[in-house]
Amino acid sequence: MALLEVRNLSKVYFRDSQQIPVFEDIDLSIESGEFLALMGPSGSGKTTLLNLIAGLDTPTTGEIVVGDENIAAMSRRQLAAWRSRHVGFIFQLYNLLPVLTAYQNVELPLLLTSLSKRERRDHVMTAMGVVGLTDRTDHFPRQLSGGQEQRVGIARAIVSDPTLILADEPTGDLDAKSAEEILTLLQRLNEEYQKTIVMVTHDQRAADRGHAVMHLDKGVLTR
Amino acid sequence: MKYLKLIRANLFRSKRRTILTVASVAAALFLFVTLRSVLTTLDDAKEVGSETRMVTRSSISIVFPLPEAYYQWLQTVPGVSSVTWSSWFGGVYRDPKDFFATLAVDAETYLPMYPEIDTPVEQREAFMAERTAAIVGSGLMERFGWSLNQTINLRSTIYSPGEEWPFTIRAVYEPTNPSFGDENFFFHYEYLYEKSQFAQPGWYIMLLSDPTAAASVAETIDEHYKNSRAATRTETERAFQTGFVTMYGNVGFLLNAIGMAVFFAILFVAANTMMMSARERVNEQAVLKTLGFSDGLLFALVMTEAAVITIVGGLLGVGSAKLLFGLTGFQGAGFLPGFEIKWSTSIVGLAIAVLLGVISGFVPAWQALRLPISQTLRRVA
Repeated sequence: MALLEVRNLSKVYFRDSQQIPVFEDIDLSIESGEFLALMGPSGSGKTTLLNLIAGLDTPTTGEIVVGDENIAAMSRRQLAAWRSRHVGFIFQLYNLLPVLTAYQNVELPLLLTSLSKRERRDHVMTAMGVVGLTDRTDHFPRQLSGGQEQRVGIARAIVSDPTLILADEPTGDLDAKSAEEILTLLQRLNEEYQKTIVMVTHDQRAADRGHAVMHLDKGVLTR
Repeated sequence: MKYLKLIRANLFRSKRRTILTVASVAAALFLFVTLRSVLTTLDDAKEVGSETRMVTRSSISIVFPLPEAYYQWLQTVPGVSSVTWSSWFGGVYRDPKDFFATLAVDAETYLPMYPEIDTPVEQREAFMAERTAAIVGSGLMERFGWSLNQTINLRSTIYSPGEEWPFTIRAVYEPTNPSFGDENFFFHYEYLYEKSQFAQPGWYIMLLSDPTAAASVAETIDEHYKNSRAATRTETERAFQTGFVTMYGNVGFLLNAIGMAVFFAILFVAANTMMMSARERVNEQAVLKTLGFSDGLLFALVMTEAAVITIVGGLLGVGSAKLLFGLTGFQGAGFLPGFEIKWSTSIVGLAIAVLLGVISGFVPAWQALRLPISQTLRRVA
């Protein structure tokens, strides 16, 4: 059974009286443990689709079923709770909170759980260990390189052991070497920890790291 | 508790801005509780007046004196058990700013009528025995560093301005009621009369044998002098004190108006700070929502930040006012006897600090609550 099922998904943005359709009747199925790369030209709706899967936005029509929950029918409050349990999101620009240390940034998703301080610490150190940054826990984002910041971002995405890891161009702001390291890390998360990953990218080399590549163009999604 | 780190980090994102805002709130609350305490002190001053003592003064204004001849007749009014009088001297020590309440009184009749003036018996006897002697409040003694039996010179703003009037301090009193004030200066009316041909009683004070007779006593006196050259107005001492306080003009309105102006000024400062702070981090709020922070939680976090700023400012402002006025014994140069920042005023001040936090934090908190995640992330990217 698929972990994620997208059925007849449509998204239309409304700007004043204008309707701007992004895509219509998209279907997508992702198995547990899959690493899917989503490609397409700028403005094709890749990020919109990723945001819908992440529960950051709501579709105009259609269903998004993760496990046995249709998140398209959830309220904002339910979606927030669902995201905290099931989604680890990796941003292109890392989006770490500059006023918090690497440790505190990674700890953020765990604040929403009932874990004790000690348990949170164990989880954070494990995640920091996976991304190889246990020696940078007290550093603020400004004291880290781009690659290190993205690794902290990945640690934050995996710290609560989510069902899905969604990455929006995770290497888009990195140099080639750092990008390679990040892709290797994502691949490791998929292979060693069986994490299900959906990654939006423009980079064919990045897409090649996935099990499958899908293209979204002019509102049509193809394998 | 687990969100404290996040709140603290956000508060110290711009230390200078946070510190300046806290200082602004503290200064405003300091001013607010001080102004309010002036009002409560003036209100308390009205309560000093007794309901069993009545005051007869000129019907035109308290600044016009009454003839000495009234004394004899007032004693005959039914319901009056004793009569005394006093006269405003307008005493100044060294410099015009060293001004305090100075009253020439008929000591023999005045002191028995005012148990609030508590002095040792031997000091009172010494005062009674000497024409240029004075009874001085302990606060005034402390203010000018005077000592018992010291001779000091005062000048009057009313009688022979510029002339020095020597007085010897023979008694020091502690008020039995703090609102009576410990910065008053009493001396013998005889001394005033001897040195100034213009001296006359400023007002008469009568002790009633029956407090319920106040209305009839007032009516009898005022009716009697209705067509004289010095018509009178008689009222209870409490009403008289209230009238005395209102001589300052509509102080309450003025102070309340200033208080409201301060409140709104600081509200705009705090609201502006919170808006700026929130606007700078809409992206971070969208990120927190992406991680699963709910709308309500973000609302609460922003509200808490605003409340921390205003409550800390409030505590500093109210606390420093209470400490400062408590330690210095400030009494407004004798015009605000018993001045203090009461606990009730402190609580009102802190409640206003909380209210400031709620109002200034509401708009940015509401914006955080309604923030659309995907549009915000896209806009910032």
